[in-house]
Amino acid sequence: MLNTIIAAEPSGTAVAASGWFLENAWLIWLFPAVSFLVILLFGKRFPRGGSEVGIAAVGTSFVFGLLTAIQWISEVEGAGGEGAGGEYTLGASGLAAEGEASGGVSALTRSITWLTNGAEAIGAGIMIDGLAVMMIFVVTLVSLLVHVYSTDYVAGDRRYTHFFAFLSLFTASMLFFVTASTTLQMLVGWELVGVCSFALIGHWWEQKPNSDAALKAFFTNRVGDMGLIIGVSILFFGAGTFDVIGVNEAAINGSMSHTVTLAAALCLTAAVMSKSGQFFLHTWLPDAMAGPTPVSALIHAATMVVAGVFMVARLYGVFFEGFTIGGASVNLLALIGGLTTLVGATLAFVQNDIKRVLAYSTVSQLGYMVLALGVGAWTAALFHLFTHAFFKACLFLGSGSVSHAVHSFDMKKNMGGLRKAMPHTYRTFMIAAVALAGLPIFSGFWSKDEILVGTGGWGLLGGTGANGAYTAMLAMGMVTAALTGAYMTRVVYLTFFGEYRGHGTPHESGPRITVPLWILAGLATVAGFINFPAGFQLVPASWEEKFFHWVEPVGTSYFPAVKHATPSWSLAIVSVVVALIGIGAAYRYYFVRVGAVSPAATERPDGLTAKSSLARLGHRILVNKYYLDWLYTTVIVGFVKGPLARAAYWTNQNIIDRVVNEAGTRSVQAGNIVYHKVDQLVVDGIVNATGKISDSSGEELRRIQTGKVQQYAAIMFIAATILAGIFIIVI
Amino acid sequence: MGDFLNNWGLSIPTFLPIIGAAVMLLIPKEREQLHKLIALATTVAVAVFGVLLLIQFVDNDNYGALNFVVDKGWIDVIDSRYIMGVDGISLPLMLLTMLIVPLCVIYSWNHFPKPHNPKAFLMLLLILETGMIGTFAAQDLILFFVFFEVVLLPMYFMIGVWGGENRRYAAIKFFLFTLFGSALMLVSFLALYFLADPVMVGGELARTFDMRLLPEAAAGIAKSSQVWVFGGMFLGFGIKVPMFPFHTWLPDAHTEAPTVGSVILAAVLLKLGTYGFVRIAIPILPEAAAEWAPFIGLLAVIGIIYGALGCLAQRDLKRLVAFSSVAHMGFVMLGIATLTDFGINAAVFGMVAHGLITGMLFFLAGSVKDRYHTLDMSRLGGLLVQAPRMGWILGFCAMASLGLPGLAGFWGEFPAILASYNPAEVLAEETFRSYMVVAALGTVLAAGYLLWMLQKTAFGAPREEFANNPGIRDATVSEYMAWAPLLILILLLGVYPQLLFGATDPAVINSLSDCLDSATSGACFDAAAGK
Repeated sequence: MLNTIIAAEPSGTAVAASGWFLENAWLIWLFPAVSFLVILLFGKRFPRGGSEVGIAAVGTSFVFGLLTAIQWISEVEGAGGEGAGGEYTLGASGLAAEGEASGGVSALTRSITWLTNGAEAIGAGIMIDGLAVMMIFVVTLVSLLVHVYSTDYVAGDRRYTHFFAFLSLFTASMLFFVTASTTLQMLVGWELVGVCSFALIGHWWEQKPNSDAALKAFFTNRVGDMGLIIGVSILFFGAGTFDVIGVNEAAINGSMSHTVTLAAALCLTAAVMSKSGQFFLHTWLPDAMAGPTPVSALIHAATMVVAGVFMVARLYGVFFEGFTIGGASVNLLALIGGLTTLVGATLAFVQNDIKRVLAYSTVSQLGYMVLALGVGAWTAALFHLFTHAFFKACLFLGSGSVSHAVHSFDMKKNMGGLRKAMPHTYRTFMIAAVALAGLPIFSGFWSKDEILVGTGGWGLLGGTGANGAYTAMLAMGMVTAALTGAYMTRVVYLTFFGEYRGHGTPHESGPRITVPLWILAGLATVAGFINFPAGFQLVPASWEEKFFHWVEPVGTSYFPAVKHATPSWSLAIVSVVVALIGIGAAYRYYFVRVGAVSPAATERPDGLTAKSSLARLGHRILVNKYYLDWLYTTVIVGFVKGPLARAAYWTNQNIIDRVVNEAGTRSVQAGNIVYHKVDQLVVDGIVNATGKISDSSGEELRRIQTGKVQQYAAIMFIAATILAGIFIIVI
Repeated sequence: MGDFLNNWGLSIPTFLPIIGAAVMLLIPKEREQLHKLIALATTVAVAVFGVLLLIQFVDNDNYGALNFVVDKGWIDVIDSRYIMGVDGISLPLMLLTMLIVPLCVIYSWNHFPKPHNPKAFLMLLLILETGMIGTFAAQDLILFFVFFEVVLLPMYFMIGVWGGENRRYAAIKFFLFTLFGSALMLVSFLALYFLADPVMVGGELARTFDMRLLPEAAAGIAKSSQVWVFGGMFLGFGIKVPMFPFHTWLPDAHTEAPTVGSVILAAVLLKLGTYGFVRIAIPILPEAAAEWAPFIGLLAVIGIIYGALGCLAQRDLKRLVAFSSVAHMGFVMLGIATLTDFGINAAVFGMVAHGLITGMLFFLAGSVKDRYHTLDMSRLGGLLVQAPRMGWILGFCAMASLGLPGLAGFWGEFPAILASYNPAEVLAEETFRSYMVVAALGTVLAAGYLLWMLQKTAFGAPREEFANNPGIRDATVSEYMAWAPLLILILLLGVYPQLLFGATDPAVINSLSDCLDSATSGACFDAAAGK
């Protein structure tokens, strides 16, 4: 049963596009899904081990995604031409009628019946709007580049085919997730990407640390999934539907009580914390770096880990109303985001493994996104997701390229001075690092700045009109901006400057690695231009805020009434200065003072930790990752797996089972008495009957037939008869 | 064809296995190949009948009502009749049985456990099949009881003769435990017979064991009596499920049973208990069910956590899978305890899914034991290196078992959790919502024990003692043949759950709405989810 929703034609504007790609966007996840099966079953028979199948499938998806995006943009632009007429809607809701909607374009949804339960059909389908289209673009593009990159990076691996199969499955699951039209589907996609992540982190499962990391990732995510399962259940009963649109509408129009909305938002937040690596469930993400580097780039930087961010954005009605984001100055989401961004940035300082630095940096940047959603800066969060995907994927793939050359991820032991040997890697890494640090004109600058403005904590020469006054979040964001610049300077120094400390002669990687790097570096440079702030007079007005215009579903019935802060020159300048201070401090320490010790040095003997005991303490806390791993692994998991499980099992064997055995022994005694004194006739009958069966079944049967069971059977039946009699007399 | 099926469609597959067993009885036990062929032919013929029934069902598209009903006089003295029929609730379970038994025959083809004797082993298997199919088809309480008990002895002998070291203890424990429950169940059946209002049968008023008529007839029983009668059934069915704290027979029986015995036990026998709740206890005594439900729900969630903790403490692979059954059946019982159509649908789905998945896991455990001659997980490791395909299948089943969406296990687990957020109106929401949280915690623990199991057995490098053992090979043809249908179904039902929900939903609604009509106070369950 197809509930096809037909795109309404805007009157007067000739949008000839039938929206074919929009309506058939489910094909986008179908290609990689089919590719997964093909690679799994026949992959080894292909000349390139199945990688060509994966690339072809994801490439097709990318093209389809691009066409879908173009179609969507033309729909939106067409609607924009109509002004605030509001007649133009796509979608099933039909609620975006005149008056209510002001030029908003609703998502296109299409669904089939997935299951019926309680005579209620529960659908599955696609929901295509700017958000979905943006995610499709990011996922398919990064996935495609990672596929190409991997053909070189994992060449000769013992499970090459298998690796590509899971890349395909991951891509399919992620696309399924971002195009889902119901929360139930989101739940399915959410867990599927989790299992792909599990399989790929544990790709080299022969070594225990790798499988440990995989288990940790899956397990931590399961903790958050509890929240998702409960949250989705609450929303289902609160709103009476799994439909994303219906759930949002119920939250916004108040048909779902505030308590219910809040409870659901709290539960879902737990899910966000685990999947998107938010403090204090972030600990799996750095360990996940045990997987192959392309996996880290695709799954643990650009796409899967932003699933939580996407989920909040998708169900923003629930979060906005549940946490009453408008007009407040603090809420759980913003607080978690703020803390995460600080925790991640501080931990990034003490890592020697380049991928772990990037992992903590990812944690920190995800914190930015969640913070942005927490303060109501919806577009800023998604915009940062967009830009971050490119520069962080570029950094990860760059670190992979480096390790490909030096066969290690340890910056202090095996890197240094690589800028000459690996010019492409160096340049692309630098571009992405600058983008991450948020220096103008690179993409990270635009998106980070928008988040800071969105907190509404500034208000000096612009920056007003936000949803509340989240000053504390602005402060956290600012501090992180400085920290980010500093730890990236450290990474760049340790990897590319100074003197080479590893073995052999490192060489630049081949084109299948460097070309994806350059593409990502290019995007890391220009991606920010897609959302020039309005009112800065930098570019013509028609180029401003395109991202906002295309992605944010303003004026639809399923999107809350968020306010948009005005841009602020002053804040932009201050945040750049702050980032420069961080970079400058780190530069002075590494490039000047450490470099002065010797070109191969990685730290100064008279550093801060050598001088101050307070600094040593801080350093120790950081090295131990705030003791969270110890708390989870040793204390909680250790307790459940060890004493608690053993205690439960002991109870089982020595208490419950003892009662059973005791009852058995006692009844045997009682049975003997009954047998000898009360009723021989019935017993004989049953013994004979059973005897007949067992006679034909050989030696063993005869040996086991010791008579006990037959007695029992008889006694039980007698007892039953007597009890039945009593029963009937009594009642 | 339609007429033939309507008259004989249930009786033939029910009794065909026993006829096969009778034929085998006449053939000397040395002719093993012939015995195997007869057993295979019989079970496959039954499966073919199952397919015919399914086709007819799809054709009729009447899952809500009983199909292929046969109603003949049987034991007139006690007004017990030979009534058979299936609807959307029993059909999936019956088909599951018809599928599993031939797969067991195929799997055993070349490795019968000690003391060998395929003749006796296969005969027991066939008698078991009759009992299981009959239980799902019976619509008369006495007939149901007879089939329910028929299952007991073959399984007893299977464990007691072909089992492991401690087989006698396990077999007797299994037998007595279930027999004890059955006795109380029988008491309840008799009580129903005497307490329920007489109904019109063939033009005159008579007492009845007819499961179709009892929901209405039993409505007149005083609530206090209902609660007692339900209690008897609760013990009878609850032991079979098994629910905490009556579960202790299960790990022992599973650990000692031969592979095929474990598979049948997990895949079908446990479902007889939950099926009893869904088919008999709740529709006939809805008001008592409402009284008992919070208690059942409590035991269910205790079972979920307790079973999971039990798993975490295990070193033996098979015993771990056995304990996981306690946890999984906890989800099924939680779904039932919500007394909503949503929850009961989830329960039926959970039964089928658990049958497929845990059946598969026991097959795998058996195959691992065949190769390594041990199931001690601290000695295993590197299955993925030595037998990669088996290792992947184990991984797949572990994922299915922990309730990964996209595989069958999810659709038993998640809707049960969902339903407990909003149980039937008579039940206290707060209570069930707390159960929900605990059950959700159970999913975390499930991930824990299954993944650790996977890590210990499949990942890593093989231990030295097994490293160069040529006996450790990948899955064989007979293993593939036995496993492939299960694996495909796990995936298929996971991707498109409507295949199963489409059948169960009308039947569940029907059985609950029957109780709605009969419940005097209107205290029965609200049907609609999502208000």
